[in-house]
Amino acid sequence: MDKRRKTNGWKRHRIQILWALLTNSYLVGFFQGKIYKGKLKNLCVPGLNCYSCPGALGACPIGAMQAVVGNWNFQFAFYVSGFLVFVGALVGRFACGWLCPFGLVQELLHKIPFIKKIGAFRGDKLLRKLKYVILLVFVILLPMVLVDVLGQGAPYFCKFICPAGTLEGGIPLVLWNESMQGALGWLYVWKNALLVATIFLSILIYRPFCKYICPLGAIYSVFNPIAVFRYQVEKETCIGCGACAKACKMQVNPVESPNHPECIRCGACKRSCPVDAIR
Amino acid sequence: MSRRQSSRTGICAAVCGLLVAGYGIYRGEVSVVLGKAINICMECIGIG
Repeated sequence: MDKRRKTNGWKRHRIQILWALLTNSYLVGFFQGKIYKGKLKNLCVPGLNCYSCPGALGACPIGAMQAVVGNWNFQFAFYVSGFLVFVGALVGRFACGWLCPFGLVQELLHKIPFIKKIGAFRGDKLLRKLKYVILLVFVILLPMVLVDVLGQGAPYFCKFICPAGTLEGGIPLVLWNESMQGALGWLYVWKNALLVATIFLSILIYRPFCKYICPLGAIYSVFNPIAVFRYQVEKETCIGCGACAKACKMQVNPVESPNHPECIRCGACKRSCPVDAIR
Repeated sequence: MSRRQSSRTGICAAVCGLLVAGYGIYRGEVSVVLGKAINICMECIGIG
């Protein structure tokens, strides 16, 4: 059991790493401080992956959604919304657990040993609702309503909140471009402070950004209960030992709710089950 | 909701998603996505 547990946990990490490399394989961008400008960027990737990352081959769905919503010509992003509904309806938050580079970064950070790791805490459940508020306010409403004289809205989530953009785009691009270094101001400091906070919290808490902030996770979470790829607990096989709930770092109890909106399909519950009751 | 029912709902939702995405492509949203994605997003990286 122990061997299987260890092997399968790293199997997922290998897939996460492979996917992150595959979708960020414009390596020359990292050395030249430029971004990929090809036609693949017509397509969105399923995870949170800044399109201003020098290696990015695809478009970030949350950035793309704000760009279209904030465009005076469109106001609503059917293309990106449809794509997210498609992915969500097929796999739910599997995309978070297996195909999101920023989720991978947080998971690897959480492996760093620390005096005390934080699991569930008072206010945790309420704080998990914050990602829905951020989705509604920063990704949809503000870009739609708060527009400039030309009727264009800014990507407010990317601008004020997203630490993935700072990590994947902000730091490497600024390192390579002197002109950008001269343009740095309070916003860059703010975003880097958020990134540092996210990094530190990720060491303490498992995937804090995914749990409390990520609007993409908020969208996919709605589809978890109806997604085609889903978990099922065989009640007649389950011995009620509670090992699955204990193994879940997203604080879900799979026996009570195998397709809970917070489940990222990491498979920790399946691996921990001594009787293979979770399918 | 049984497993089969919810799978059916999931498939229906996925098809709806494809149709909605198709409508977005039809009305030209992809060019906005591409335009944003191939230029460095100053807001995203914390400059603009």
